[in-house]
Amino acid sequence: MGSKTLTRADLAEALVDKVGLPRNESQELVELVLSEISNALADGEPVKLSSFGSFGIREKGERIGRNPKTGEEVPITPRRVLVFRPSNIMKDRINAGLAQHRKAAE
Amino acid sequence: MIKSELIQKISATNAHLYHRDVERIVNVIFGEIVDALARGDRVELRGFGAFRVKYRAPRIGRNPRTGASVSVDEKFVPFFKTGKELRERMNQGDAD
Repeated sequence: MGSKTLTRADLAEALVDKVGLPRNESQELVELVLSEISNALADGEPVKLSSFGSFGIREKGERIGRNPKTGEEVPITPRRVLVFRPSNIMKDRINAGLAQHRKAAE
Repeated sequence: MIKSELIQKISATNAHLYHRDVERIVNVIFGEIVDALARGDRVELRGFGAFRVKYRAPRIGRNPRTGASVSVDEKFVPFFKTGKELRERMNQGDAD
């Protein structure tokens, strides 16, 4: 199985290779895509990307937590959390890809 | 926001790109992420978040309605962990 980590630079490189854009513009576009998504989420707006997945927002109420080290009870403030739901296409492609990897490794 | 709206926003600030090019750009970016996960790689986008796959061993499950046992194959499931900056931005300002 793979063990590499992809970063923004790899995504930008893919735009250079596959779309033929200059490198600096590719970097800007990767950043722009991520920031548009972040802006929507920061505004409390869910983001759905067909064939990829959706980023939803869940509101969490206040609850009592514990400091695991001291056992002391501390309130956990209400907060918003992001939940990602992968599309079926993504799930299928991941399983198909990794099944292939396993066979190759055997 | 859905994908077409994302494409529109990017087109609006990049008038020199054709709409179909922007579509392709967005699809290439997310396609690369899926391809990486399908290889078992991680994708780390600082400030935004990280995607990775987790392994789920095969198990004997049950049909909750009938109680019949069914074997569930091993599988890989994608996970996303929100980045620090985005998590903080989501919890700032007015919650509306």
